Amino acid sequence: MNALMEMPYQVVPFLVLALPLAGFTVLALFGDSIKRGKPYETTGAGYLACGTVIVAFLLAAWSVRSLLGLGVRAEDLRFAQPSLGWPPGDPERWPLAWISVGGLEIPFALLLDPLSSLLLLVVTGIGSLIHVYSLGYMAHDEDRVRYFSYLNLFTFFMLVLVLAGNLPLMFVGWEGVGLCSYLLIGFWFKKKSASDAGKKAFIVNRIGDAGLILGMIVAFHAFGTLDLVDIASNAGSLTPDRLGQVGAITAVCLLLFVGAAGKSAQIPLHVWLPDAMEGPTPVSALIHAATMVTAGVYMVARLAPLYHASPTASVVVAVIGAATALMAATIAMVQTDIKKVLAYSTVSQLGFMFLAAGSGAYGAAVFHLFTHAFFKALLFLGSGSVIHAMGGEQDIRKMGGLLKKIPVTGATFAIGTAAIAGVPFLSGFYSKEEILAGTLGAPALGPLLLGVGLFTAGLTAFYMTRLFVLTFLGRFRGDLETEHHLHESPMSMLVPLCLLAVGSIVTGWHWLIDVPGFLQPVFRLPEAHVHHVGWLMPAAIGVALAGIAVAAFLYTLYADVPARLKERLGGVYRVLDAKYGFDRAYDAFASRVVVGGSETLLWKGIDTSVIDRAVNGAGEVTAAVSRRVRLLQSGVVRGYALVILMGTVAILGYLMWPR
Amino acid sequence: MDFFREHLLSIITYTPLVGALVLLLPPFKGQDDRVRWFANGVAVLGFLVSLPLWFWFDREASGFQFVERGAWIPSIGVSYHFGIDGVSALLILLTTLLGVIAILSSWTAITDRVRQYYVFLLLLQAGMLGVFCALDMFLFYVFWEVMLVPMYFLIGIWGGVRRLYAAIKFFLYTLVGSVVMLLGILAVYFHSRTVDAFKGTGTFDVTEWYKFQLDPSLQFWVFLAFFLGFAIKVPMFPFHTWLPDAHVEAPTAGSVILAGVLLKMGTYGFIRFSLPLLPAALGQTLNFWLWRPTILEFMVVLSIIGIVYAALVTLVQSDMKKLIAYSSVSHLGFCMLGMFALNPLGLEGSVLQMINHGLSTGGLFLIVGLIYERRHTKAIAEFGGLASVMPVYATLTLIIFLASMGLPLLNGFIGELMILQGAFSANRVWAYWAVSGIVLGAAYLLWLYQRVFWGKVTNEENRHLKDLNRRELATLVPLVVLCFWIGVYPKPFLAFLHKPMAHLAGIVNPERFGSQAQVAATAPVHGAPSGAAPPPVTMLAEPEVVPEGGRPH
Repeated sequence: MNALMEMPYQVVPFLVLALPLAGFTVLALFGDSIKRGKPYETTGAGYLACGTVIVAFLLAAWSVRSLLGLGVRAEDLRFAQPSLGWPPGDPERWPLAWISVGGLEIPFALLLDPLSSLLLLVVTGIGSLIHVYSLGYMAHDEDRVRYFSYLNLFTFFMLVLVLAGNLPLMFVGWEGVGLCSYLLIGFWFKKKSASDAGKKAFIVNRIGDAGLILGMIVAFHAFGTLDLVDIASNAGSLTPDRLGQVGAITAVCLLLFVGAAGKSAQIPLHVWLPDAMEGPTPVSALIHAATMVTAGVYMVARLAPLYHASPTASVVVAVIGAATALMAATIAMVQTDIKKVLAYSTVSQLGFMFLAAGSGAYGAAVFHLFTHAFFKALLFLGSGSVIHAMGGEQDIRKMGGLLKKIPVTGATFAIGTAAIAGVPFLSGFYSKEEILAGTLGAPALGPLLLGVGLFTAGLTAFYMTRLFVLTFLGRFRGDLETEHHLHESPMSMLVPLCLLAVGSIVTGWHWLIDVPGFLQPVFRLPEAHVHHVGWLMPAAIGVALAGIAVAAFLYTLYADVPARLKERLGGVYRVLDAKYGFDRAYDAFASRVVVGGSETLLWKGIDTSVIDRAVNGAGEVTAAVSRRVRLLQSGVVRGYALVILMGTVAILGYLMWPR
Repeated sequence: MDFFREHLLSIITYTPLVGALVLLLPPFKGQDDRVRWFANGVAVLGFLVSLPLWFWFDREASGFQFVERGAWIPSIGVSYHFGIDGVSALLILLTTLLGVIAILSSWTAITDRVRQYYVFLLLLQAGMLGVFCALDMFLFYVFWEVMLVPMYFLIGIWGGVRRLYAAIKFFLYTLVGSVVMLLGILAVYFHSRTVDAFKGTGTFDVTEWYKFQLDPSLQFWVFLAFFLGFAIKVPMFPFHTWLPDAHVEAPTAGSVILAGVLLKMGTYGFIRFSLPLLPAALGQTLNFWLWRPTILEFMVVLSIIGIVYAALVTLVQSDMKKLIAYSSVSHLGFCMLGMFALNPLGLEGSVLQMINHGLSTGGLFLIVGLIYERRHTKAIAEFGGLASVMPVYATLTLIIFLASMGLPLLNGFIGELMILQGAFSANRVWAYWAVSGIVLGAAYLLWLYQRVFWGKVTNEENRHLKDLNRRELATLVPLVVLCFWIGVYPKPFLAFLHKPMAHLAGIVNPERFGSQAQVAATAPVHGAPSGAAPPPVTMLAEPEVVPEGGRPH
């Protein structure tokens, strides 16, 4: 136990944080001169960014390995936190206070336990691969120094989010990654669509943040602490005073879930994620698939005992998750942009994770988060490689037959597709099976949730197979020039693809890495929450294979069927194509109600027509009276002021005159 | 050194005044560059002499510090009484810092009647500092009015196209408020003449006033009189319409000072005078026929309307300065809400947010000024794509925008979190309403950023704009540094506020925070002795006295 209190364990997490921050600082301060310098300097900037993240990964791996070696149990987690404070070595001296006012004590405290260390590895590990991939992908962009500085800053904030020991510090990371996401979605800010998407992402997330802030405030009010371990470990025995125990917990859970829904793109705040594909593709892989968007899941899992204590909140989480999974999967079936398909797939998979978390299967949720990080990063990077080869084209209707032209990309993409579709013995199969089994543990609606989950799993297999077939099989449907230029990507892009492909296969193997078991102590829950039903695994395999088979037949042998279906089911198709109308409704609300109402009703209505008219009217009345008695009035404002002052003095003088 | 220490506040206040007077001497006539160097020197000196406050101010002590006291007009009880607590100390430091920045930012912007311009700016500075130092109501009122005149001329002479309309509107609006406030001051003064200790002369000394047990109905009327004076200055909805006009027309330095410091006069007035003097007014009922709120409820409702309404109006502005002016109204609504949460957290957050707003909104006006100097327009539609032309400017702007939006690790977040937490403790619903301001704040600033900085350069005139030079960097960078400092490590700033705010909370909310008040009340000059504690006012309590026809207008 005391081994954790020794120096390296306390310093290493801070060092892991410091590295990407240092990288960012150097690139931000000297970026301009680097950009104007020699070509090797810009390349060096990229290497610097990669280097910081890779070293951070190695340090993280070392400390996690040590943590494993110590055999962490639930009761050990508590002390991991204060000992990681600053200055090191003295657990009694609480770390550097960030906010300390009126009972609100918020230190810069980090927390390294199995959950955060798993995420730590994902962020730095997959982050490293994506940094390296970016070297190749962004090699010809003139602003790549800025790109790498943002990427490093993102890594820093994501690590803050993951390692934070209390909610406000987590919020620092939360907002920080949101900011980087904004900057990277809008990286090519000269494009109107990119800048729109960045702004939309930030504002939608801000709505979630409002919930998160309120959640923090309610939590502090009810529990008297914002420390994550304190909240989690005391969730069962809380004695909140003002809001009533269950009510308070439910309120906190639901408010925090608003924040989670914003960041992890759940209904009704999911609309920003598909638009976020305007950013460079490695960004989509890192931020909008593997790491940032899973922050909501991470937070819910982190507060598992709290959610567990509120069945109401849990059911809401599960239902929203299931609905999002289903809705996004149906939309993904009709998308024609390779990245949009993957984006909706991400929304859908995040829905799966919340479905698990809401059902009480927190281990399954994080397990799927873990495997998803690999195969979805792989798929996005693969799509980036495809786009790279296609010279920027993203429309899958203009692709086809690419497997022969770019075989490494194609093969790894196939592995990713199989993993997400739930093909047995690949990672996604195991984590999804775990989720489906977990749904039966939901506080309510278990069978319904399971049904939705199974159906959506089938849809997932369908749309992913469709994507793969249209992109890589059949014959090439683009123009000749593009075909002529088709080329496999450089090694810096292929190596990450291959490594991620390996990860997509093996991360689900229980005998290799037992993620749920590893995480179990964190959740502080009895293990009885996974109901393994005999017929579930065959059913899961069945729907996956059925989805794959149907899509494969439809898009290879009977290629005319989809078009006929589209005609026959025009109404359904239009609804899906319009993404159920969320965007249109929101746009209308924002532009007509909020902006329009503010303009006509508030500004031109109340401000100008009522208040200012009253003010100016008072002035005009005064002026009119003045015209009558102009003999007394000079019309010079200074004169008015003088008279008022003199009058005041006269009254004062009169009243104070000694009598 | 002793002399310096004992008269520190006077030295801080009169340094700019002396500088202004020196500028009137013949050697400066027609020598514009000499005037500029000298005025900048005076401003820097003013900042340097105020710096000892940071080091010498005793954060643990309660009561007023650096007190200077002398008779002025003894026959009517007017004294020369200076003294500060943590609130005024922070605001003085903010004022002297923004003074340096505002004067430095005017170097090339003002080319017409340069000498008068700097004289007025320095006079303004002296007036504002006096307001924060004065503990005698008469003295306070003198400085309060002194401040008005130079601002009037700054807007009226060096302003934009509609400068005269804006200047007169500003002047009359605030004058109406201050004259009514004067009535309130006189009412308390005449009460003081009935107190045994001051028979015959009465007193304007605020620290003496704190000890009075004013009659609740008198408190009610005096509160309303003060309210008009301070609420116009803040400005609170619906008294805010002078602000956008004044800002749009004012020169950059005028806007920086106006937003950064002048608006704080109103919030400062509430904290220094209305709340500690008139706590019993808060529970009394106003009568608007169908709606009969207590004064406390009334204040909170106006604050919340201010937050949401102003943020919505901000959203649709097409002039950058007007946009930021309306956003100020929204931010000041947060300050007022935190204040009227009446708990230490809310009060401290409120004062911290005053400082934050001074830094970030001061910065926002500088930012607009920088681009106005280059393009002579503030219309948002004229811009676009500036991020590729002026990257340094775009980056600093983004940081200030984020600070203003309240992103964590920047100053706004700390203030907003404290205010929301305080408001939530007082009444949950207040926090739920106020939080919408946070969403809208991001919306209007990000939209502005997109329209000005992102996209392609569409207007040829913007294609070759120069990025910031060193002088311009020197105006913005200190603000950015402070935004980060407060955001990352607010403790040194909040240390100024613990004592006075705990004490104030004990006065206005004795049932919950009374014990802290008694600890703080051991200081001789500050606050009421425990025996003379004002009558308790419970939050949202039923009215103790319902004055006849109690309408504020």
